[in-house]
Amino acid sequence: MANKLIGEMGLHTKISNIFAARNIITAKDALSMTEFELMELLDVGMKEIRSAISFISEATSPPCQSARSLLEKKVENEHLSGHLPTHLKGLDDTLCGGIPFGVLTELVGPPGIGKSQFCMKLALSASFPVAYGGLDGRVIYIDVESKFSSRRVIEMGLESFPEVFHLKGMAQEMAGRILVLRPTSLANFTESIQELKNSILQNQVKLLVIDSMTALLSGENKPGAQRQPQLGWHISFLKSLAEFSRIPIVVTNQVRSQNRDETSQYSFQAKVKDEFKDNTKTYDSHLVAALGINWAHAVTIRLVLEAKSGQRIIKVAKSPMSPPLAFPFHITSAGISLLSDNGTELKGPGINTIHARGHSDMINFHGDCS
Amino acid sequence: MEAWRLPLSPSIRGKLISAGYTCLSSIASVSSSDLARDANITEEEAFEILKLANQSCCNGSRSLINGAKNAWDMLHEEESLPRITTSCSDLDNILGGGISCRDVTEIGGVPGIGKTQIGIQLSVNVQIPRECGGLGGKAIYIDTEGSFMVERALQIAEACVEDMEEYTGYMHKHFQANQVQMKPEDILENIFYFRVCSYTEQIALVNHLEKFISENKDVKVVIVDSITFHFRQDYDDLAQRTRVLSEMALKFMKLAKKFSLAVVLLNQVTTKFSEGSFQLALALGDSWSHSCTNRVILYWNGDERYAYIDKSPSLPSASASYTVTSRGLRNSSSSSKRVKMM
Repeated sequence: MANKLIGEMGLHTKISNIFAARNIITAKDALSMTEFELMELLDVGMKEIRSAISFISEATSPPCQSARSLLEKKVENEHLSGHLPTHLKGLDDTLCGGIPFGVLTELVGPPGIGKSQFCMKLALSASFPVAYGGLDGRVIYIDVESKFSSRRVIEMGLESFPEVFHLKGMAQEMAGRILVLRPTSLANFTESIQELKNSILQNQVKLLVIDSMTALLSGENKPGAQRQPQLGWHISFLKSLAEFSRIPIVVTNQVRSQNRDETSQYSFQAKVKDEFKDNTKTYDSHLVAALGINWAHAVTIRLVLEAKSGQRIIKVAKSPMSPPLAFPFHITSAGISLLSDNGTELKGPGINTIHARGHSDMINFHGDCS
Repeated sequence: MEAWRLPLSPSIRGKLISAGYTCLSSIASVSSSDLARDANITEEEAFEILKLANQSCCNGSRSLINGAKNAWDMLHEEESLPRITTSCSDLDNILGGGISCRDVTEIGGVPGIGKTQIGIQLSVNVQIPRECGGLGGKAIYIDTEGSFMVERALQIAEACVEDMEEYTGYMHKHFQANQVQMKPEDILENIFYFRVCSYTEQIALVNHLEKFISENKDVKVVIVDSITFHFRQDYDDLAQRTRVLSEMALKFMKLAKKFSLAVVLLNQVTTKFSEGSFQLALALGDSWSHSCTNRVILYWNGDERYAYIDKSPSLPSASASYTVTSRGLRNSSSSSKRVKMM
């Protein structure tokens, strides 16, 4: 919409020519300047500028929908009203059906906790036929750190859906729907996702998994401040890709230690800092999600996977439609499964903290399911 | 006053000055046809210039009458301003009764604190009928991030309808009030949802809102979730960003005053270095922080969510706690389960 050409909007020819003469061709060019600036640049009176801008604005504005028609469209057109079931009952109930379509869902956690396992399971379930709770479509799996193991995926399939997988040729067909990309650099990744935008609908792609986003960006050896603009473009692009094609996009994120400079206080809070004990000092791992606060704002759903006293927990840290619940889980040959479908509700900012206590013993998951 | 101060296009201004009309008094005393002939411009243009000159000239003597209101009248207006409840009475109390109409309020906080929840709650609460103490209006929800989950809006709408039924059930015993007939789907029907995908669309929509609202006069709240997102991503020229944002803020203020509605802008946070350490602050910079009339910051305090009035022309700085439940925003004290209606 932003790149709509002014020439094609049906604006009065005289003023349309004036815009073109000054190289203001798209709506974006015209609206990025204030009215005074335009008046100076185009040498036209204020009244005409105002009416031209209001005409252009009306043509560029997004359409209006009522929230009710949004809901109805979702219910009618989309599978399970726009959710991809994770087959983890507690989590699916909390997320009103599963991973929602059209938004970014983030999985963050320390290394070896099970993020890639979760993603592989999701990729598998998306490829399944609708009768088995899948989306019957292709999956694009962007595997930056070479963690995708097709042997593991087939093992998960055989264990969790034996009746489907043992049918002749099914394993091949299901696995055949998962397309794995291994971009070698950020530029490579950027190109691939731009190509994707056009082919998603035609090729029945129903899920995009990026494992992991951090690895892509940390590969570029630029200091922290430089990272922001690059990330900004990718954030907008991924979000618009998700919405435009109405598919779920799942992204994994890593953790890093908290800097001494990091803060969670506003200027007006400085006075009361002494009253409240700094709880984070008692945790032995000062971990926060990588990629910064801008990224944290951009994702719609954040699932934190962590380890506390040797127990793995998955928490719904940020979700507009769920309470902050935590579920214990473990990893079996069938993938991730919840140990309890009733989550414990965590109040307070604790839902966002990431623990890795007692974790080093669990890194190798094969040790778990002996 | 000089002629070059008039808001005219550069070529016309140039023609005026080269014809010798450098100050306003010389323009004001001449007729439009003489001006047109001297400055080599058309009659209509000359007429416009004379109109502008007259306005600016008499501003000094007529400002007391033209467009100004005295403070006593404004007091009466301010006191009778309707306010939109947030369903959390503690929060309403520090806000002086709720989010005020005719004002731009900015609400900011870290991710996950409840900004979208407040936005959805307000878009439902504005529709509470007048008999129950609400405004009976409609809502415009401008979504720039895709965080509006319609299932959640339905949950909050259902909870609101249940609370209203409970309230009118109570009223029935004492008065012969009419039964509230609202259904959750009707509430969703009255939320006008716009999905904005770039900052160009955001600017275009803000420009277009005036026309849209004059066609839908019931709209009483405009919520933008969030105002920051597109301006943070890949805007190269920061100085221009500031100018465009201030123009947008002015347009919102104009909308709020003209149609007597509340504008709620949700903002994100960023870290900034001040007073020797890093602190959290609302995004978009210092210039933007001047643009909004009221500012509320949401933050974590221990295990509870708090709201703090950071900036307001008439309310004292105060904080209040609130929680987000499955029914929407509520008081954090577990003793009051029923929502307080006015």
